[in-house]
Amino acid sequence: MTKSELITKVSEQVPGLSKVQTEIIVDAFFNSITVALQNDEKVEIRGFGNFKVKRRNSRTARNPKTGEQVEVPRKKVLHFKVGKELREMMNNQKGV
Amino acid sequence: MTKADIIMTLFEKVGLPKKESEEVIEIILSIMKQTFAEGESIKVSGFGTFSVRQKRARRGRNPKTGEDIEITARSVVSFRPSNYLKSRLE
Repeated sequence: MTKSELITKVSEQVPGLSKVQTEIIVDAFFNSITVALQNDEKVEIRGFGNFKVKRRNSRTARNPKTGEQVEVPRKKVLHFKVGKELREMMNNQKGV
Repeated sequence: MTKADIIMTLFEKVGLPKKESEEVIEIILSIMKQTFAEGESIKVSGFGTFSVRQKRARRGRNPKTGEDIEITARSVVSFRPSNYLKSRLE
């Protein structure tokens, strides 16, 4: 499913909301998550999942081909953890 | 940030009344969850890709008790941020 397919589905389920209006809302929804993550804020959506920015320190690694040492700079990585309700939906209520 | 904050942002940025914002967000989330439950991935351009993956059953261990346990086969969602989202995190 793509974003435009998602927008179509959402607009079908909300009477009185045009596709253009739905697109604005869907974009604003993902944008508000982006802004929060940019500010290093954790985003918790109950039943769906959490987005969290984690920091990775710089480290020395090796190029496996040449054996050469390379410095991997510190960076931020985004982590998504599936929420309980979604996990159970995907695994027939048995969300171990 | 929680769902309530996202609702607030939609209200402030788009001018959508809070009740409607909440309704639309719940619909967005429920469509996405349903799609994952059907095993389908979702690609949100400018944000990232949620892909559904199948994990096989494997042997595991309870780290507390050391007991051997069977981890059943399951579906999981993994999220890969888009290049745009990654660049915003820098």
